[in-house]
Amino acid sequence: MIRGEVDNPCLKLAVFKFASCDGCQLSLLAVEDQLLELAERVDVAYFLEATSHQLPGPYDVALVEGSITTPDDAARIREVRRVSRVLVTIGACATAGGIQALRNWADSDEYVRSIYATPQFVSTLTTSTAIADHVLVDFELRGCPINKLQLIEVLRALLAGRKPRTPAHSVCLDCKRQGTVCVMVARGVPCLGPVTQAGCGAICPYFDRGCYGCYGPASQPNLVSLTAEFQRGGVSRDAIVQSLRTFNANAAEFRAEGDRLAGQPIDKDTLAT
Amino acid sequence: MAENERTIRVAALTRVEGEGGLYVRLRGNAVEEVRLEIYEPPRLFEALLRGRSLDDTIDIVARICGICPVAYQMSAAHALERALDIEVTGEIRTLRRLLYCGEWIESHALHVHLLHAPDFLGYDSGLSMAADYREEVQRGLRLKKLGNALLDILGGRAIHPVNVAVGGFYRWPRREELAALVHDFAEGLEAAMATTRWVAGFEFPDFHAAYDLIALVHPDEYPMNAGQITSSDGMHIEAAEFEREFQERQVPHSTALYCDRRSTGRPYLVGPLARVGLNLDKLSPAAQGLAGELGISWPSSNPYHSIVARGLELVHAFDEALDILRGEYPQQPSRVPWRPRSGVGSAATEAPRGLLYHRYEIDAAGYVTAAKIVPPTSQNQAQIEADLRALVSQLDLTDEDRLAARCESLVRSYDPCISCSTHFLKLRVERT
Repeated sequence: MIRGEVDNPCLKLAVFKFASCDGCQLSLLAVEDQLLELAERVDVAYFLEATSHQLPGPYDVALVEGSITTPDDAARIREVRRVSRVLVTIGACATAGGIQALRNWADSDEYVRSIYATPQFVSTLTTSTAIADHVLVDFELRGCPINKLQLIEVLRALLAGRKPRTPAHSVCLDCKRQGTVCVMVARGVPCLGPVTQAGCGAICPYFDRGCYGCYGPASQPNLVSLTAEFQRGGVSRDAIVQSLRTFNANAAEFRAEGDRLAGQPIDKDTLAT
Repeated sequence: MAENERTIRVAALTRVEGEGGLYVRLRGNAVEEVRLEIYEPPRLFEALLRGRSLDDTIDIVARICGICPVAYQMSAAHALERALDIEVTGEIRTLRRLLYCGEWIESHALHVHLLHAPDFLGYDSGLSMAADYREEVQRGLRLKKLGNALLDILGGRAIHPVNVAVGGFYRWPRREELAALVHDFAEGLEAAMATTRWVAGFEFPDFHAAYDLIALVHPDEYPMNAGQITSSDGMHIEAAEFEREFQERQVPHSTALYCDRRSTGRPYLVGPLARVGLNLDKLSPAAQGLAGELGISWPSSNPYHSIVARGLELVHAFDEALDILRGEYPQQPSRVPWRPRSGVGSAATEAPRGLLYHRYEIDAAGYVTAAKIVPPTSQNQAQIEADLRALVSQLDLTDEDRLAARCESLVRSYDPCISCSTHFLKLRVERT
C-alpha cells in the first residue's frame, strides 16, 4: 500500500541509482508514447540520466534503482528516504539485490581480488542487498528489467492517489491467457513460471524456453514441489540451484529453496531475511 | 593546496549512462590534472560468471548494461561459440545483425535526441528541449520506439532480451511479425535521414584531436559482429590477439583501469566516430550518399561530430534492417547444436559505444571457468581525459561554470556508459 498520499497535481519526481545496469531507469525514457505527456504532469526534479536540471528535495516520489553494495550507498539510501515522501523501488537489484547478490554466497574478497590488481583500494560490502533491507519502501516494482507499462501504472496511480494495480499471480496464468503451449508439459523444459511473478508478458515460454525467474517469486510459491518435479525430469540438483540463483537469488523464497537444495545457507549475518 | 592552485568539479555528470564526475586541477593557467571520476559500485561480473553454464552466461552478461544488453550477448555468444569451435549458419548471422540494428537504433536515437542534442541547443534535457523542438524530440522518440519494436520481436523485450542462445536463437521470429515492421522502418529511414541532416547543421566547437581510431573492419559489411580489429595507423588483428596488443593498466591517481595499445603506448578512440572513420565505404547506400552531402570530411578529428556519426549509423541501421526485413526468411533450425568441450574463445563486436571484447575459458562439462570483459568506455577513458586536458587549456579559465559545462559536454560526446565499465572499475568511495 502506498504510504504518504501525493496531492500535488504535478508530482515532484526524483530517480536515484545504486548498484545496477541503468536498464530500469531507462524504462522511464522508453515509454515513448507517454513520455511527453507524463513530463507535463511530473516535475522531473532529479534524474541524472535524463536531465542536467536538478532540484533539491524533498521529493513527492523517489524511484530507486539498484542494490546496496557499499558502506557509502548504505548511508546514501537513508538520505534518499529522508527526503522522499513515497519511495518506490524499481527492478530486481532494488527489490532483491540483483545478480550482484551472488557475492552473498561467495568469498567476496576473493571476487574483488580476482578482478582488481590493487584490491585494497576497493571498498565494497560483502553483500548486495535490497533497498527494503535498509529503509522502509512504500512500493516495490519487480522485474529484471521492470515492465515499462507497469511503471506508467505506478506513476498514474501515484498521481491519482490510488494503489498501483500490478499482478501477484504467476507467469503460468499469463501463458494460459496468451495461448502459449506449456514448455514443461509439452517438452519437459524446466520452467520457473509456476513460481515466478507475472509482469514480463510470459516472454520466455513464448520464445520456446523456460522462464528464468527474473520477476522474482510469485505470491505463495510452491518451490519444493516444482524443484522435485525438475529432479524427476532429470535436472541435476546443481543446475536447479543455479537456476534459482540469478537475478532474484536473494529474494526470500528463491534463496531459501536454493539453500535447501545446496545444503548451504548463507553465512553472512548482515543479510536481512 | 598550493598557491594559485584551484580545482573545478562536476560532482555528478548528467545525461550519461551510469554515474561519474569530473575533476580538473589548475595551477595558474596551467592544467595540472584532469580526471574522469567513477564512483559507481563495482558489480564483479567477471567473478560471478565463474561456474555458470554457457546459456546462463548469455543472460547474465546482458545485465552489465541496460542500454546495450545485445552487445554483451553478442560478444559473449561469439566468444563462447569460438571456445566450442562451432560456426552459426548464414541465416543466424543475418538475424543477429538485425538484432544489433535494433539496439543501435534504440541507443543512438536516445543519445542523439535526448542526451546530446540539448548541449548544442542550450537545454538541460530532451524534455525541456521539447518545448521548442517538439517535432525533433518526437521524431527521436519515434525512432527509438522502432528500435525497441525490433528488439521486442526478435528478443522478447528491448532491455535484457531473452531469445539469444549459444549457437543462435531459442526461437526463429515469425515471418509476419517481421513483415509488419517494413512500412514503419521505411518511414524510420526517412526520419533518421532528417535527424542526421538536422544534427549536421549544429554549430560544432572548433576542437580537434589526432585520434588513433580503432574499430572492426570487415571486407563486405559495416562492422557489427565480425571483422578484424583495425586501427587508423594500419594495424589489423583478430580478436584472439586483443590482449597481446591492448593492455589494461592501473594508474595511481585514477579511479579506473585504463586500456592502452602496447605498440604505441597511447590512448585510442572507439565508437561511432572511429567506426565511420574506418568504414565509410561500407555504410549502406542511403548513409553513404548522405555522408557525402553534410560538409564534414571523414574521418573527422572533431569529437563533437560523433553526433553526426551516430546519425549516419542510425540511417545505416534502418537501411540494413529494411534490406533484411524485405528479404527471404527460410524457416530453419534456430540454433546450431553444440556439445560442451573445454576451450578458450575470444570475440569483439561493435557495441553502440564501440569495441566490446570478451574472452571465456570453459571446461569440458560446459561451465565458465574464467571471463574477461573489456567494455568500450574503459577503452575511451584515457582518450576522454586527454581531450579534456586539451580542451581546458584552450578555454577561458575565469568562468568556471561555463568551463565545467564545456567539459561535461565533451564527455557526453563520447556517450560514456559508466554502468558498463564499473564491473571492473576501482571504486572511489568519496562523494562530493
